[in-house]
Amino acid sequence: MYDIMQQPLKRSSMSSTQTAEEKISVATDMETAPRMEALRLNAWYGKTQALFNVSLEIPRNKVLAIIGPSGCGKSTFLRSLNRMHEEVGGRIDGRILLDGEDIMDNDPVFLRRKVGMVFQKPNPFPTMTVAQNVVAGLKLNGMRDRKELARITEENLRRVALWDEVKDALNKPGSSLSGGQQQRLCIARTLAVEPEVILMDEPASALDPISTMKIEELIDELKKKYTIVIVTHNMQQAARISDYTAFFYMGKLIEVGKTSKIFTKPAHRQTEDYVTGSFG
Amino acid sequence: MSTAALYTWRKFKNAMMLSMTGLSLLAVIGVLFLILAYTVSKGINHINWDLITQMPAPVGEEGGGMANAIVGSLILVALGSAYGIPVGLFAGIYLAETEKGWFARTVRFLTEVLNGIPSIVIGVVAFIVVVLPMKRFSALAGGFALGILMIPLITRTTEEMIRLVPSSFREAGLALGIPRWKTMLFVILPAAFKGIFTGIFLSIARAIGETAPLLFTALGNRFWSTELDQPIASMTVFIYDYARAPFDDWNQQAWAASFILIMLVFVLNIIFRFVTRKTYTA
Repeated sequence: MYDIMQQPLKRSSMSSTQTAEEKISVATDMETAPRMEALRLNAWYGKTQALFNVSLEIPRNKVLAIIGPSGCGKSTFLRSLNRMHEEVGGRIDGRILLDGEDIMDNDPVFLRRKVGMVFQKPNPFPTMTVAQNVVAGLKLNGMRDRKELARITEENLRRVALWDEVKDALNKPGSSLSGGQQQRLCIARTLAVEPEVILMDEPASALDPISTMKIEELIDELKKKYTIVIVTHNMQQAARISDYTAFFYMGKLIEVGKTSKIFTKPAHRQTEDYVTGSFG
Repeated sequence: MSTAALYTWRKFKNAMMLSMTGLSLLAVIGVLFLILAYTVSKGINHINWDLITQMPAPVGEEGGGMANAIVGSLILVALGSAYGIPVGLFAGIYLAETEKGWFARTVRFLTEVLNGIPSIVIGVVAFIVVVLPMKRFSALAGGFALGILMIPLITRTTEEMIRLVPSSFREAGLALGIPRWKTMLFVILPAAFKGIFTGIFLSIARAIGETAPLLFTALGNRFWSTELDQPIASMTVFIYDYARAPFDDWNQQAWAASFILIMLVFVLNIIFRFVTRKTYTA
């Protein structure tokens, strides 16, 4: 891994892509155009506002961790990125861009094939086998080639280091695996659709330490190819696995920057209090 | 109270509650066996192959069967199911997907009202809606009435069973970029399949045992008919007619027919259980 601190900035300043009035806080020192971008994002659940004017860039092929106390809006932000927020009756205004295009312009079904999601609780489909779970996204969208499906099943189970553990149990129900295996199965299922961005909503919080370690190793491997946004309650985890960290508090983005900076020299008092454990 | 006395008192209470639940269970099973025993003893002379293979004998002649009524009942239930099951399913899916909103609330309320409407009233409705315009009693009218009876039951169980499927599966499907309808059809419905099937079975069992809605729709028929636009026989109307008849032989046939009807529901139940046996649990 090269150190991005020593890389020259390929983007001189944000002003080249934004209008003057859109003064926003961004992850600084990014060397390429961001994969996703939230611009002045507000989000509501019914009448309750959950996000206030959040502008945030999601760097390409990096891990962005989102931290903050419960109810700070970090999950809402994550779920806005693949428009799952609207599935529970939520509403947003502001813009979210994926590769420069507004995600609201397209069918959410297509967006979600590009922006995959892994949930807090492992949720393999209950009526499907291990193998069927991996390729569920492809099969239900019309892929019929059995050989190709078998190949993709193996490929993605290998990518999440699950193949050796389940190769003899491919036809057992997905829910028969252990919790940690189920979560890796869910990641394999997400990967099989070949997304560009993977959103993870506390993917290891329901798992034991060893399973957590495996998931973290996997995230480190995946960022070579994917852009990852991970919401986590575990600050050590954020420090271990992320390149950038964003701190949310009461629906507002307080601070975002390189993880090393957020955890050592945060610019805001609230961030410092939170990462040092004074509150939250 | 000493510890020992307290312990004895608790054991006594436990024994009391246990025997009360046991007695309730016996009462339930006992009623079933009582009904079976009574129908068998009353109809023993006619519980034979003739009953299910022969046509009704002309008035005045002994013997005969109700082959046409069995087939008629199955045709009527099939007609009712043909539209009752899809309508009930779709309405249930709609209600489960749309929790809020005045329309869903209204539909849910009306479903409950529909479930509570006496079946004879549904028969009258079918008479007015189908029989009068067609100017004749028909299997179609009977099937129409039975379908209306089935819909609320299927709607409610479908909605409830879909709601029992954790929303995380729905979210997982949508987050994979699977369209909403495919998520429903291939992820959620299979998980709720067993419960929905039970609801459908119960509605069929209810429909096959209904007499009132058939009296002035399907009417009944002493001859062999599978024509949908003609009056058709059914087991329940057969029982109704034969039980009221002034002939002892006919009364016995009504008892025997009751037994066959119970057995038919019983066999259907076993078949349904066999079909739904192999499913994963969530």
